[in-house]
Amino acid sequence: MPSLGADMEAGILVEWRVRSGDRVKRGDIIAEVETDKGLIEIEVFEDGVVDQLLIEPGKKLPVGTVLATILGEGALPAAPLTPMVPPGTIERARVSEMPRGEIAAPPGPRRVRASPLARKLAEELGIDISALQGTGPGGAIDREDVERAAAERKAAPVAGRVPELPIRMRRAIAAAMARSNREIPHYYLETRIDMSRPLRWLDSENQKRSIRERILPAVLLIKGVARALADVPELNGYWKDDQLQKMEAVHAGFAISIRRGGLIVPAIHDVHRRSLDEIMAALHDLIPRARSGRLRSSEMVDGTITITNLGELGVEGVCGVIYPPQVALVGFGKISEQPWAENGMLGVRPVLRATLAADHRATDGNQGAQFLDSLNRHLQEADKL
Amino acid sequence: MTEGQVKDVILKGLSKIAPEADLNTLAPDENVREALDIDSYDFLSFLIGLSDELGIEVPEADYGKLRTLRNMINYLAARAK
Repeated sequence: MPSLGADMEAGILVEWRVRSGDRVKRGDIIAEVETDKGLIEIEVFEDGVVDQLLIEPGKKLPVGTVLATILGEGALPAAPLTPMVPPGTIERARVSEMPRGEIAAPPGPRRVRASPLARKLAEELGIDISALQGTGPGGAIDREDVERAAAERKAAPVAGRVPELPIRMRRAIAAAMARSNREIPHYYLETRIDMSRPLRWLDSENQKRSIRERILPAVLLIKGVARALADVPELNGYWKDDQLQKMEAVHAGFAISIRRGGLIVPAIHDVHRRSLDEIMAALHDLIPRARSGRLRSSEMVDGTITITNLGELGVEGVCGVIYPPQVALVGFGKISEQPWAENGMLGVRPVLRATLAADHRATDGNQGAQFLDSLNRHLQEADKL
Repeated sequence: MTEGQVKDVILKGLSKIAPEADLNTLAPDENVREALDIDSYDFLSFLIGLSDELGIEVPEADYGKLRTLRNMINYLAARAK
């Protein structure tokens, strides 16, 4: 069971997407796991052949539990299937440490046959789908079964049921943020950025494009952060084992609000080498999946820095809380017209307030200041982003 | 296309973006993005949906003309075939 967030302790294996004997390659989705942040698709990062699936779906398992074994290319003995997570985040249990009964004869909950819609609805409504009796084709649980269970629960609330997803997500956020505030000595730096030039460039660029190809200002900000991190790489990485682990690739955790409340921060991979069009395409892919609870394991754990943009709600500036074990978070406020003095002249410009929250164990204010200065310079040359 | 048909297309698009919202309570002159908490990404997705349904690509310069449901109906009905 991979760790899919700083404070994930357990997850429910919902479904296997592979069978014993299937050939898999790095990045393939092999299973679905339900976490406090929704259903996550689990990827594998080794090529090979699935040997044994050790766990039956429906079971809640602590992080670190071996779910399956995979035979690596040319390897004879079964090696634990390594989930796609950063090194050091999981204490992996070896197969031999698993309770024998679970491997030899997995009694576990029965395999749940349910339509994807029923699963999604059950999750949204906080219904334990494994407890339902299906009335669909072949006894599968369908949407009506879930709705009926929800109505019955409403009529007679059951004590001790699994809390609804928004409540669980709230708790997961609470745990991560409390840990951050407890462990990370934050420092904050803020700058105002004149967005006249970048927005002018973006306007003229978007005029040439069809509606499907338009780029949002947020894409400039994401790419600007990646460029600035190349100048100040100390802000891109993790604080682990009492030292900074700088990461070469920039995987930008992008905070996405969930419509019914809550927040999820999936990573946009490799923004340092993606074009603006590619980052926009990544948003088109990522945001709908994040909001419908269809993220992949690598997107949940790979973020090397977090970007949060609350300007849409009229917020002027964001002093964020760093997502551990990352060492920095960049917050953007609203781009609004403000007085701006330059060369002794006062004018009105679209101004963006950018705030860096950084881990003082990993960097000092001087590096933070260099980062914000670099971010400004790169945004002023949006055509080169 | 009648204004009623255009309105149906708009409401269908909004319900995709904000499935939890009760669109019956949306007043004709209410700011749609504020009322339904639609961010710039959702708004762009909504416009892409309108473009698919109505064949109308709204330029960025005209976003300000689509603030309310009434604005949207007027703008799109005048351009829909």
